Amino acid sequence: MRRVHDFHGGIHPAENKHQSLQQPIRNAGIPPQLILPLSQHIGAPARPVVAVGEQVLKGQLIAEPGGHVSVPLHAPTSGMVSAIEDRPIPHPSGFPAPCIVIDCDQEDRWAPLQGVANYRDCEATELLELIRAGGIAGMGGAGFPTAVKLAGKPGRAVKTLIINGTECEPYITADDSLMRERATDIVEGIAILQHILQPQEVLLGLEDNKPEAIAALRAATAGSTIEVVTFPTKYPSGGEKQLIEILTGQQVPSGGLPGDIGIVCQNVGTAVAVRDAICHGRPLLSRITTVTGDAVEAPQNFEVLLGTPMQYLLELAGLHPERCKRLVMGGPMMGFTVTTVQAPIVKTTNCILAPTAAELPPPPPAQPCIRCGLCAEACPASLLPQQLFWFAQGKEFEKLEQHKLFDCIECGACSWVCPSHIPLVQYYRASKADILEQRREHAKSEQARQRFEARQVRLAQEEEEREAKRAARKAAAEKRAELAAQGDAEDPIQAAIERAKAKKAAQQDGQPVAASVSPEAALRQKLAKAEQRLAQSVASGEDAKIVSALEASVERLKGKLAEAESAATESGAT
Amino acid sequence: MALMRVSSPHAHGSYSTGMVMRQVLLATLPGVFMLTLFFGFGTLINVAWACLVGIAFESLALFLRGRSLTFYLKDCSALVTCVLLGIALPPYAPWWLIAVGVAAAILMAKQLYGGLGYNPFNPAMVGYVVLLISFPVQMTAWAPPRGLADVPNLWEALQACFLPAQFDGVTMATPLDILRQNQGLLMEDLWAQTPQFGRWAGIGWEWVNLAFLAGGLWLLYRRIFTWHAPVAMLASLTLMSALFYAGGSSSSGGSPLFHLLSGATMFGAFFIVTDPVSSAVSVRGRLVFGALIGVLVYLIRVWGNYPDAVAFAVLIANFAAPFIDHYTQPRVYGHGKSGGTG
Repeated sequence: MRRVHDFHGGIHPAENKHQSLQQPIRNAGIPPQLILPLSQHIGAPARPVVAVGEQVLKGQLIAEPGGHVSVPLHAPTSGMVSAIEDRPIPHPSGFPAPCIVIDCDQEDRWAPLQGVANYRDCEATELLELIRAGGIAGMGGAGFPTAVKLAGKPGRAVKTLIINGTECEPYITADDSLMRERATDIVEGIAILQHILQPQEVLLGLEDNKPEAIAALRAATAGSTIEVVTFPTKYPSGGEKQLIEILTGQQVPSGGLPGDIGIVCQNVGTAVAVRDAICHGRPLLSRITTVTGDAVEAPQNFEVLLGTPMQYLLELAGLHPERCKRLVMGGPMMGFTVTTVQAPIVKTTNCILAPTAAELPPPPPAQPCIRCGLCAEACPASLLPQQLFWFAQGKEFEKLEQHKLFDCIECGACSWVCPSHIPLVQYYRASKADILEQRREHAKSEQARQRFEARQVRLAQEEEEREAKRAARKAAAEKRAELAAQGDAEDPIQAAIERAKAKKAAQQDGQPVAASVSPEAALRQKLAKAEQRLAQSVASGEDAKIVSALEASVERLKGKLAEAESAATESGAT
Repeated sequence: MALMRVSSPHAHGSYSTGMVMRQVLLATLPGVFMLTLFFGFGTLINVAWACLVGIAFESLALFLRGRSLTFYLKDCSALVTCVLLGIALPPYAPWWLIAVGVAAAILMAKQLYGGLGYNPFNPAMVGYVVLLISFPVQMTAWAPPRGLADVPNLWEALQACFLPAQFDGVTMATPLDILRQNQGLLMEDLWAQTPQFGRWAGIGWEWVNLAFLAGGLWLLYRRIFTWHAPVAMLASLTLMSALFYAGGSSSSGGSPLFHLLSGATMFGAFFIVTDPVSSAVSVRGRLVFGALIGVLVYLIRVWGNYPDAVAFAVLIANFAAPFIDHYTQPRVYGHGKSGGTG
């Protein structure tokens, strides 16, 4: 038996998992309409490749990836695209977002599919491309594009592949029922992941509160290199960082990724999706979703088409609308409330929780924090939530960062134990958003400052150049005056006439006339002036930027002078 | 159907601040019982009167601050402060003394700072220290334990509190006083010559301390607080008294057992030092906080000028708490020295 490690903190909320495990996974069937958000994953939204009115087949591509970190979208059943527009989606913001709406024809006609006969003959890159084309994003809840996660950083070696079957959130049993009923599919999917990553070891971790799943997996993994590891039930052991610590004793460096310590984590549901995509060419069209809570008559797990409206699924489970005052997507610890039952099931919907008010009562008004420290005992990241709360209230951003606010995984353990019922996680989320906003503002003002300074330097340079020109003109005028004085009080008008005559004559002779002041001389004067100014500014210790501007202008003048001189010699030569 | 929008988590544990406070109140019962058994009804009257005055002051302050009376009174924090102060005060203290102490605790130390959770100092100890400095005579008059003198009956006890002028009480030096004023007697001789000493410490006091220890252990079992601060305090007090025991010579500061079972040691360790609001927050911080109090208690008891030292020691440590917090932040996940191994 592998030695498992403990992580700091954690809590033991009521599990409430048995309700939805009374029946096997049930197929939810085809609803009249599917609503498919273009963004069901982390990263750029997908781009539609179908038009309104177009007929689509089951498994047909309807939206292509919108970038590198993105996944495509496929029609979960056959039908007609009836709209591409903003619809309510399950998202914490509650804002509607672009969706492709398909009116189902109930015929469920498949597009031609092409699976890989033997994935062992394929290169990893080929398989990754198929996984990406299959539209697979992390099924555990975060929804990060699986192919991107598997590809990792170039040159990275994967030591340990961890398959997450922990499902530590209360109520949710989607992974549990999947592990019970489709253990062999999971193992096949893991084998493909093994082939892609070539890890030294594969650990399938799950909590000891799932004996049926453990037995099924042990049977399915017999004779394979996959090690099924069980550990005591404690929330949030299914958090990626916590699971890694439990199974390996290692911690993911703050701000880093599991890949940095040679680990890749994948959810059991993702493994099955990978298997379907590789072996059968079947893109991600459906998922297992738990529908539970006291407001539904028959809590159970459904195999449900993506895009199915929650209302359809809730009605299948026997929703009592009058009992349901809050609808949660995800579990009671980290899930978010959905404000309309029109919102669809998406790739990350592992659970819809419809609790009664008695079951999950509305939060009572918060009492003052007495710094009892229960939150610090419960925090799996070893933070000091009571101190973070104090600083969050005072908007002391520096202190918050110093107390490692950004290492908070928002698991909710602190709020769960808080005897004063303070919505701590809410404070941390708001503070994180504020700090990120402040960082953006700071970056913006930093850019503005740099622009301003560059402008100042440019203006100083231009001023220098103008000054040099003025000086040159002045010098030239003085020289003229001097020459005139030497010409023994010659009548200046007469002199001008003489010059004009001479010029005319020279032109007639086809000879250029030496100007009274040659351009080289003027430039030399300018240069001398600029050098003098530079020497002055260096001596008086002026700002480095001004000095460098002056240096630049000296250099420029030198260049011009050299040009003018060479031009003069050339013209002299001709 | 109207669905609410609330932030996660949606589930909640069953603890509440009021429950925590009520359990602390319950846990004081064994100690209060022993105090009553050995010193008479004085402590009970202290506690009852302090609670009455305390609720009145708390309500007044909440009213003046425009806060909901029922919501804030329900947390029982004022009751805890008053019960702890009532226990700490000498039995048969006059009513006005108690009222002044409660006013200092509730109005000054707690509500002026913003109420529960915002007080940097332990309110009960602020009340105690204000009284000790202002009324040293009344505050150092401890009744003799049962067996050494007649213990006043209930009527006399009430008279002592509410008609102090007509009450002619007996007081006697406490074992801690006797030890501090010891001039040249070996511990053994001092023990033999002084009737106030019992088996391990003062008569009565040893049982009072054991009773508070029992209440404290129950709270520990109920996970109301962690062991760190009380154990650190008791350990450092034991260490100090062992270091300066001097083999029971005339310059001895008293044995470790004597210090553990004297005065307010156990009461302080489990009911005062564990006040979460005014103590350090992290595990390491609470170890430092507790240890500091243990050392200070010993220093003040043996070389200081006051009958007991817990109140001063706790207030000084309260001062130090933010400083301790600053240097004892726990290592956060993923911030390991070895870059990953935990």
